Amino acid sequence: MDITFMFETMKTLLAALPMTLALFSLSVFFGGLLALLIVWMRVSGNTTARNFAKGYIFVFRGSPLLIQMFLIFYGLGQFGFIRYSFLWPALREPFVCAVLSLALCTAGYTAEIFRFGLRAIPAKEIEAARSVGMSGFLLTRRILAPVAFRHALPAYSTEVVMMVKSTALASLVTVWEVTGVAQRLISQTYRTMEVFLCAAAIYLILNFLILQAMALLEYKLTPHRRAAPLFPVPQR
Amino acid sequence: MALFQLIGFGPTGWGGLLLLAALMTLCVTAVALLIGAILGSLVAWAKLSGSRILRTLGGTYTTVFRGVPELLIIYLVYFGGSSAVTAIGTAMGYEGFLGLPSFAAGALAVGIISGAYQAEVFRGAYLAIPKGELEAAQAIGMNRSLRFRRIIGPQVFRFAIPGIGNVWQLSLKDSALVSVTGLADLMRTSQVAAGSTRQHFLFFIVGGCLYLILTSFSDRLFTSAEKRANRSMPTSLGQA
Repeated sequence: MDITFMFETMKTLLAALPMTLALFSLSVFFGGLLALLIVWMRVSGNTTARNFAKGYIFVFRGSPLLIQMFLIFYGLGQFGFIRYSFLWPALREPFVCAVLSLALCTAGYTAEIFRFGLRAIPAKEIEAARSVGMSGFLLTRRILAPVAFRHALPAYSTEVVMMVKSTALASLVTVWEVTGVAQRLISQTYRTMEVFLCAAAIYLILNFLILQAMALLEYKLTPHRRAAPLFPVPQR
Repeated sequence: MALFQLIGFGPTGWGGLLLLAALMTLCVTAVALLIGAILGSLVAWAKLSGSRILRTLGGTYTTVFRGVPELLIIYLVYFGGSSAVTAIGTAMGYEGFLGLPSFAAGALAVGIISGAYQAEVFRGAYLAIPKGELEAAQAIGMNRSLRFRRIIGPQVFRFAIPGIGNVWQLSLKDSALVSVTGLADLMRTSQVAAGSTRQHFLFFIVGGCLYLILTSFSDRLFTSAEKRANRSMPTSLGQA
């Protein structure tokens, strides 16, 4: 082990960290929004919408992310109507393609997680809300969304960690994030172990911080599951 | 029609190669699952053991290999394995670079990753065995190996089937990343076909469909295996 080499490697890899974070945050944000749309279609009464959502979830969860990313990156440019459309300046960029495919893929997984969250809501709570006259958006805002999100949170934090790992695939469509830079360093220096340890440390710390944040969020959102304080809190 | 010729089985068609590649993907995943089962049961045993050192080692293994991108682990095994093989070759008097075969590197890398997930599956399955059954087995004087063979083994296997099914699906999708080492799996073959015919969209769609067939077919298989393993159990929650 060569400390100066490790230090230099760490510096080079950390320079690529903003790219990983950008890929991660954009794809989780857009994937989350898309997942809300998909899960809304999935639980709706409309058969066409429901079947579309089922098909979407099946396709994006059943095939590898890499093939989806290549399909978007290499496949779309083959069609003239896309190449001459106003979207092309964006779709030509590897970064946009990477975020697009990451978001589309995570939306499939996240929609299923949110659906299980919805299914975990006791029927009694929905009936009670309906009986006091809540319906539609009010019911969703006050009862369905908060309770479902709380139930879905543990599974969702696993999915978020999966997304951190998935950003590594963007290096295969020439977006230089941490794994891509690590691969380049390995092939330049042939010091696999040192570079791997540095990159692994970055990802492990990142995932640890994300899981801690999610655990904190879960703690904040579930005050009813904590034990009541032994002594009554003095009221002012 | 020209498009159908490209994915057909004729002299200019890629159909045969794609099917062969799908078989290769299945082989890599199956070998990886086997390696993962061996590693996973060792790690699960370490995590459940009384020794603190073993528990820490097992915990580190599962944290590292579940928290680091799969692609990075594949690079580690492929490049690291190749330099190790080269070092052994040099020690035995062979000059020059020796590469680790991409099948072995890929199966080992995906196996190491799936081992981390399988360790958790096995640990959960072991903890699902009612304590009373283990105590009863001990009480009537079964020794360790008999207890494992008669009580622990069969039940862990039964409880683990759904989890193993999930790990299989994960490994099937992770095996697509092995294509970066040049192994002619489904991903790599679709890529080569797409590049040489300039029909990227067509071949990635076909490759994706083949992956969908593999995942949905194996999903069926695991569901029926689960039903079969539970055929003598009273149905409880989570079953239709």
